[in-house]
Amino acid sequence: MRERFLPHPLLTGVLALVWVLLVNDFSLANFVFGLLLGLAIAKLTAVYWPGRSRIRNPLAILEYSAVVLWDIVVSNVQVAYLILFRRGDSLKSTFITVPLELTSPEAIATLAGTITMTPGTVSADLSADGRSLLVHCLDTNDPDATVSAIKSRYESRLARIFE
Amino acid sequence: MTAVIEFFVAACIVIGAVFLFVGSLGLATLPDTMRRLHAPTKATTLGIGALLIASMLYFVLLNGSLGVHEILITLFLFLTAPATAIMIAKAYIFRHRGTQEKLPPSANKAGWATLNKAR
Repeated sequence: MRERFLPHPLLTGVLALVWVLLVNDFSLANFVFGLLLGLAIAKLTAVYWPGRSRIRNPLAILEYSAVVLWDIVVSNVQVAYLILFRRGDSLKSTFITVPLELTSPEAIATLAGTITMTPGTVSADLSADGRSLLVHCLDTNDPDATVSAIKSRYESRLARIFE
Repeated sequence: MTAVIEFFVAACIVIGAVFLFVGSLGLATLPDTMRRLHAPTKATTLGIGALLIASMLYFVLLNGSLGVHEILITLFLFLTAPATAIMIAKAYIFRHRGTQEKLPPSANKAGWATLNKAR
């Protein structure tokens, strides 16, 4: 019964909240309408999202967001420096493979997004079995250090949130 | 007091504009597609972020109206930038044989999703 009418409770809640924020009017009517939208959209898209996402540790999300936001600021300054003061050809760009310990699709998607937004790296592809990520580095002297930095800084924190 | 707030708003706008400019410059001057991808996904995030902070400061402190649209814009930006980046990267890998040969192997020898035929 619950599975049928509320396939993704978290998605329903987030959609209702986003609707209220979009309208920018915190009244009960808007919240109810957002909730209806959330229920309908979650039901319509349930076919494409069969699993149920679980969040083990909501507080860890705050810590993760703080770390990522700080890294985004640092990475922006670094990339801006590379663009302004280095010749494009002299950048040692390379592809690296990041083996994954995460298994839930939501966690891997979050990790890939984080890698794209942070220092000098863009996630480019996922392996066919979903066990490793292909990452492009803008400028690196030590690919192994970049891999272990990604694993220790982001993957271990995501594992605590999702698994 | 108003002058101090205006100073901070102006500073945020200038910082945002500088980063947006550097992002566009990188997009134009870096030598290949994969390297170009780095400029718009990063330098512009802080650029837009600084502009949105300026907008929030202005409307909350000087106009007295609370606007939450800026938070939503930031959220949507963080959701969409990596999605477009990975689609462009996949298309680039798919189209360039030279890049395909230089890719490092994936763990477990499964191959990369873009290059594997559907099973």
